[in-house]
Amino acid sequence: MEYSEKVMEHFAHPHNVGEIPDANGIGEIGNAKCGDIMKMYLKIENDIIVDVKFKTYGCASAIATSSMATDLIKGQPVSEALKLTNQAVVEALDGLPAVKIHCSVLAEQAIKAALADYYTRQGIDPEPIVGKIEDHDHESCAL
Amino acid sequence: MRYVYADNAATTAVSPHVVEAMLPYMTEHYGNPSSLYSIGQTAHRAVAKARAQVADALGAEEREIFFTSGGSEADNWAIKGAAALGAKKGKKHLITTKFEHHAVLHTMAALEKQGFTVTYLDVYENGIVRPEDVEKAITDDTCLVTVMYANNEIGTIQPIAEIGRICHEKGVLFHTDAVQAVGHVKINVKEQNIDMLSLSGHKFHAVKGVGALYCKKGIRLPNLIEGGAQESGRRAGTENVPGIVGLGVAITDMTEHLEENAKKVAAMRDRLFEGASKISHSRINGDTEHRLPGNFSMCFEGVEGESLLLMLDMQGVAASSGSACTSGSLDPSHVLLAIGLKHEVAHGSLRLSLGENNTEEDVDHILEVLPPIIDRLRDMSPLWEHIMENEKNK
Repeated sequence: MEYSEKVMEHFAHPHNVGEIPDANGIGEIGNAKCGDIMKMYLKIENDIIVDVKFKTYGCASAIATSSMATDLIKGQPVSEALKLTNQAVVEALDGLPAVKIHCSVLAEQAIKAALADYYTRQGIDPEPIVGKIEDHDHESCAL
Repeated sequence: MRYVYADNAATTAVSPHVVEAMLPYMTEHYGNPSSLYSIGQTAHRAVAKARAQVADALGAEEREIFFTSGGSEADNWAIKGAAALGAKKGKKHLITTKFEHHAVLHTMAALEKQGFTVTYLDVYENGIVRPEDVEKAITDDTCLVTVMYANNEIGTIQPIAEIGRICHEKGVLFHTDAVQAVGHVKINVKEQNIDMLSLSGHKFHAVKGVGALYCKKGIRLPNLIEGGAQESGRRAGTENVPGIVGLGVAITDMTEHLEENAKKVAAMRDRLFEGASKISHSRINGDTEHRLPGNFSMCFEGVEGESLLLMLDMQGVAASSGSACTSGSLDPSHVLLAIGLKHEVAHGSLRLSLGENNTEEDVDHILEVLPPIIDRLRDMSPLWEHIMENEKNK
């Protein structure tokens, strides 16, 4: 198993790490038993993601995919963030080892969870917009 | 930047003395030991000398030492062979532990598929098998007990002599996977009632791809590798002469300096434990007294092992972890789970394994870079945030 240079770069110097005190969308996905948790903070103004930060517990690819996923949606309209796929994150990182693809799925889902929280806070049912959020099966840790 | 190799349980650097001893057997005395002309016979004598060196180091006889391709082959041979001997007498039960190396555990799984039953003994929180559990587990159907000498992840040393005594009283064969122990702790197969023992050269400064099985005389283990008449007709294949020569030199060197090495290495290891234990929410894995001199294993809550060791690598430290990510599966190491650690704690494990080549400066370097890395990972860890919140709410 070998990581691309891009993955190592984002792991060594992740972008957008931290919290946003006045975030209006927060999503958390994963669990400790399975070894990865991602928490995303969004600051959305006029349907634009003006700021995004993350905190991640997990392996190098979990940190790198969080970093890349936040880069990809920062400054973008919400409609674009909703279209973010794990595949786009993987491609932007010049690929991930097969056993680490699930990390990119988590990153995509963590952003969706934060967007869902944004809609919920406004009294809007998020599911028709964001879709169902996928998370680890707590028993098997499979996604 | 300083580069600290602290993964000697994975493999070791080949010692210059070993390289020097091996070289002539590649370029000059390259003959086949089975050939009758002189360079063949030179090679033959070299293999015989190495066999005597290995026998001496273990307190065995030369005819009880069989060279193999390494530890995994030796384990496979001993276990599958003992199972076949047992099956002939209708005995199809084997006993091992929950935290053996996969060379043993996966061999057991293969035997289970063939109709054998296997008892996996508990190793408790301290990572040590209880001899009374071995005694209780032995039945009239038991054909083999195999217990590792020392664990590869947490370094705990097992009560081998006592387990061997129980096996002999009950008339059951006793094998030990001593891959992590040979060259690092004193072993005498006769005094410790060991019937079969596996060892691997690259764990003590010989090369990869060579090991040995000690098999007590009188135990007619069926062959694993069939072919030519090498190794008294018990293990076919042209001998890895340079590797075997190196193995003999390495085991002799290690045995001669065993006590001073152990003292030096354990002192460095203890300093690592002392320093790293100052990190909050950390724990040492396994018994601290009955332990390989070079083994350090700890868990740090709120961090994940793969990230930890990649960051250590960036700071010039080569280490290992038992997290799921590093095991390439969804579960953390079976060893850490066997000593009762929760998944989330086991994911944050770090193994440092020191050797004779390490220095006090290496220890200083590790203790300098480790705490800031843990802090950095915890700063970005939502799990650490949860741990802190839970404590506040208590």
